[in-house]
Amino acid sequence: MAIFYYLIFPGFLFATIAGLLTAWFDRKVTAKVQWRKGPPILQNFYDIFKLLIKEVTIPDTANPTIFLLVPAIALSAASVATAMLGVVNMNWSYTFVGDLIVLWYIMSIPSIMIIIGASASGNPLSSIGASREMNQLIGYELPLVIILATIIFKVGSIGLGDILAYQSVNGPILYSISGVIACIVMIICLQAKLGLVPFDIPEAETELGAGAFMEYSGVALGAFKLTKAILLYTSPIFIITLFWGGIHIHGLGILWAILKYVLFIALFTLIRNTNPRLRIDQSVRFFWITMTILALIAFILMSIGY
Amino acid sequence: MALGLNSLKKSIWVYHVACSPCNGCDIEILDLLTPRFDVERFGIVLVGSVRHADALLVTGCVNRQIKPRLQEVYLQAAKPCVVFAIGSCAVGGNFFRRSYNMAGPVDRAIKEVDPNAIIVYVPGCPAKPEAMISSVVKAIGFLDNLKKVKV
Repeated sequence: MAIFYYLIFPGFLFATIAGLLTAWFDRKVTAKVQWRKGPPILQNFYDIFKLLIKEVTIPDTANPTIFLLVPAIALSAASVATAMLGVVNMNWSYTFVGDLIVLWYIMSIPSIMIIIGASASGNPLSSIGASREMNQLIGYELPLVIILATIIFKVGSIGLGDILAYQSVNGPILYSISGVIACIVMIICLQAKLGLVPFDIPEAETELGAGAFMEYSGVALGAFKLTKAILLYTSPIFIITLFWGGIHIHGLGILWAILKYVLFIALFTLIRNTNPRLRIDQSVRFFWITMTILALIAFILMSIGY
Repeated sequence: MALGLNSLKKSIWVYHVACSPCNGCDIEILDLLTPRFDVERFGIVLVGSVRHADALLVTGCVNRQIKPRLQEVYLQAAKPCVVFAIGSCAVGGNFFRRSYNMAGPVDRAIKEVDPNAIIVYVPGCPAKPEAMISSVVKAIGFLDNLKKVKV
């Protein structure tokens, strides 16, 4: 059953399809914002299938083993994160102490794999991308962990199932002042985790070519694209699980779940389309000062009961 | 394989190689990628790295300085990769063809390193965006031939 969960339903296969459709939605909304027609609904599937038949090039300067192993690890980590969230949302009893912490670690593995892969490729522009990704990781993890601490203290448990059970009894965490502030900080941190536009500094196309992904081609690039798509699908579910009472896949609950999901995806896309790219120092300062202060305010408001 | 090639026709990622052009064709290429023509409808996206590219948009006349670099860029691209020679300079040298520093048009430089390269010619000074879209349609026809040969 665990294999089924991991490979088929909430895990890899479902997350791939949902993630690629979500990535299409993102591109379509972007096109609408720019008064274009936008790509067809299966565009991201075409992209991935095409990358499967492309040649995989390995630069002379690269360490081939690490270079090719890293996308696979990133993809499997993203699938594990999706499967964990999906299973907990299906049944609250499928939780264990500290699975929020485990999930948080697993969701940062793709970023670390991008850093390792870019360093292993031996390309100077990739190594700049890797250093920026590392700076960014250090930047957004601080407010993110304060937000997670806020939720853990409010609920009094580190289990995702307990967080969902708490919200079904006391109402979603989002419906409070501290919850709203924490949710805003969380959305912006996940925007950086996904590498979407105001924080797409590691792969800044106009400065670094493709930055950290510069030397990847063929299946390896496809694995990274798929990882990004799966994380794009997982992040709104992560927010909904922590703040908005989770996803219910029974009866009419599924419509409400899709509505919440689309709302968060549209928010990510609109933030992406209405902001210019920051410099890396601006980005780190933004996360360490503005976002950390907001996260601390949320923490203090929560601890005095708002 | 057939699924991959069918997908390749619907998702062509282009990389822009400027071989000492006058910028006329480059501006037309950028014009092609603007919302007015909206080539993302057909899956055409400009990518930043040659490793991701399915098509190289080469502009300008290939001189002695740029020729080894163009060949290197072509070898770095992941195959299958189509080369678009955009503008009269890239197609045949235009009025620079007798110049002392010319090293032949784009097709000759590419064929030196890969005799089987697929090269699409888009004449015009500068080439129009409509001509480029039409050339992409022709390149897709080439990919159909490729499928017949391989499968």
